[in-house]
Amino acid sequence: MLFGLCAVAGVIVVLTLVDVVYQLASNGSEAINRFGLGFLIHTAWKPGFNTEGAGALIYGTAFSSLIALVLAAPLGIAIGLYLSMMAPRRVRAVVGPLVEMLAAVPSIIYGFWGLVVLVPFVDHLEPGLHSALGFIPLFGQPTTTGISLLSAGIVLAVMVLPIISALSRDLFLTVPRELKEGAEALGATRWEVIRGIVLPSTASGVGAAVVLGLGRALGEAIAVSFVIGDVSAIHGSVFQPASTAAERIANQFQGPVNALHLSAMFYVGLVLVAIGMLTSIAARMIAGRFDVQRTIGTIY
Amino acid sequence: MSVEDRTAGAPDAPLPAGRVRIRTEPSLPAITAQAVNGRSAHETREAVFDIRDLAAYYGANCALAGTTLRIYRNLVTAVIGPSGCGKSTFIRSLNRMNDAIPGFRVTGQIQYHGHDVYGSRANRVEVRRRIGMVFQKPNPFPKSIFDNVAWAPRNLGMKRRLADRVEQALIQAALWDEVKDRLHDSALGLSGGQQQRLCIARAIAVEPDVLLLDEPASALDPVSTASIEDLMHNLKHRFTIVIVTHNMQQAARVADRTAFFSLDTAGPERFGTLVEYGDTETIFRGASDSRTRDYVAGRFG
Ligand SMILES: Nc1ncnc2c1ncn2[C@@H]1O[C@H](COP(=O)(O)OP(=O)(O)O)[C@@H](O)[C@H]1O
Ligand SMILES: [Mg+2]
Repeated sequence: MLFGLCAVAGVIVVLTLVDVVYQLASNGSEAINRFGLGFLIHTAWKPGFNTEGAGALIYGTAFSSLIALVLAAPLGIAIGLYLSMMAPRRVRAVVGPLVEMLAAVPSIIYGFWGLVVLVPFVDHLEPGLHSALGFIPLFGQPTTTGISLLSAGIVLAVMVLPIISALSRDLFLTVPRELKEGAEALGATRWEVIRGIVLPSTASGVGAAVVLGLGRALGEAIAVSFVIGDVSAIHGSVFQPASTAAERIANQFQGPVNALHLSAMFYVGLVLVAIGMLTSIAARMIAGRFDVQRTIGTIY
Repeated sequence: MSVEDRTAGAPDAPLPAGRVRIRTEPSLPAITAQAVNGRSAHETREAVFDIRDLAAYYGANCALAGTTLRIYRNLVTAVIGPSGCGKSTFIRSLNRMNDAIPGFRVTGQIQYHGHDVYGSRANRVEVRRRIGMVFQKPNPFPKSIFDNVAWAPRNLGMKRRLADRVEQALIQAALWDEVKDRLHDSALGLSGGQQQRLCIARAIAVEPDVLLLDEPASALDPVSTASIEDLMHNLKHRFTIVIVTHNMQQAARVADRTAFFSLDTAGPERFGTLVEYGDTETIFRGASDSRTRDYVAGRFG
């Protein structure tokens, strides 16, 4: 009986996934037939001229998510280390759940926060960053709004931070006390224990946690749509507005110019699902290679 | 809590600061450990630990009270007693292994070569670097056999002739012949007895002054136990050894001095206390306290 129920649930999951892909492909068939795989690299997005390409969207998606990870991975791992190994019990009991609650804030709220707080802040930050680091193309000419890839990256970083920190904290807590004591008994400092014992024995799990965070960042639409500008362009500078796949769909789905435009958005959706699946497979491979799938499975 | 500051150099320098490499003194002239001509084994020896009125608490619970004893250099000192009498608490107090346990505290004094182990200037990391510990359950790192032994010396900057150092440690731990052809295999593939000897090798690779062993053989088969006991006899020429054991024959076989702890009751409280301490011979053949006699005769515990 229970087995039957589980089997049915499993079948439903698989069917849903298959149907999602099918719906995207069939609704996007017009764009798929017209643009083919070239869709993935063409950057122009001009619905009025029946020209659509996802190149800039893929670029923006990857770039903003990368910024998010560069910021959130070290910080999240540091928070995880602090909460699992350094914080006094009381701090742990208060801050731990707060971090988890960050994950429960709806993305639209992060969008608001990004627009009201972050965008003006980034606007102030840009000239300084440009004059200090302007020799790197990444920090090009400041714009006047703060609506930018950088803002999107930071909003995404805040959103994936709780995932990475909560998962890595739980992973660090799984390191047996005997191992840490064994290291301490050899005169290792706390940092040596972390670097030599805790991080190496959880590396794969932490890697998987980061990739799961990446998955969240890649697919985020609403929060990003508030702060990125929805501009189809490829710029090297993080101060420039851009667009991402999910955000583009969220922004334009309500008012397509014509059938092809709508169909192109389904095609973008299909691309996004493919990226998401690849990320998920990557997370499994990283975790599985080191046999910590079970750990990840239980905490995620 | 800035106990991890390794560089506090004070005028009355508590424990010489920094990562000083301590050279282990050549073994003392071979005085046989057992009492010779009626002389006690420790009489000519320097006290490594001078413990005065030590008590240890977990929160409000007293686990150990009123412990006063001296532990002498290059001897094997066994700590025996029924389970729960505070043997682990005692030995873990010696190198501050319990510091991380919330609510743990000690009163009284532990002097290590004249330096207060819990003094405000003592450095917990430095204490453990000189006073190594091997635990009941073998706990090799999930690294190669070589890296298990080389890890701590690397941390301490002992990088010169590291392979030699690893080899020497493994030889001293009587493990070299069994692992020399697979140094780069995972340590987790070793048997329990080999893992425990690896943990001993790991501990001696940093040339500590004292080795604390908390029931190192209790999880092992008789053959591995025998090989660890043999080790004790050789290692004591280089180190001062304190070994907790549940097994009286083991204490009788390996130890020069034996401390017998027992549970004492005061009203509703139960706590461990040192009942008797002396040469192993004396403790096993002519203990003065009836509780010791009963225990070594196997009448309780
Ligand atoms: N981490 C701990 N927290 C609280 N109480 C402890 C802890 N470790 C040991 N105790 C208590 O201290 C007493 C002595 O324990 P222990 O030193 O482990 O004894 P032994 O090693 O002789 O069996 C026991 O009553 C035990 O319950
Ligand atoms: Mg014990």
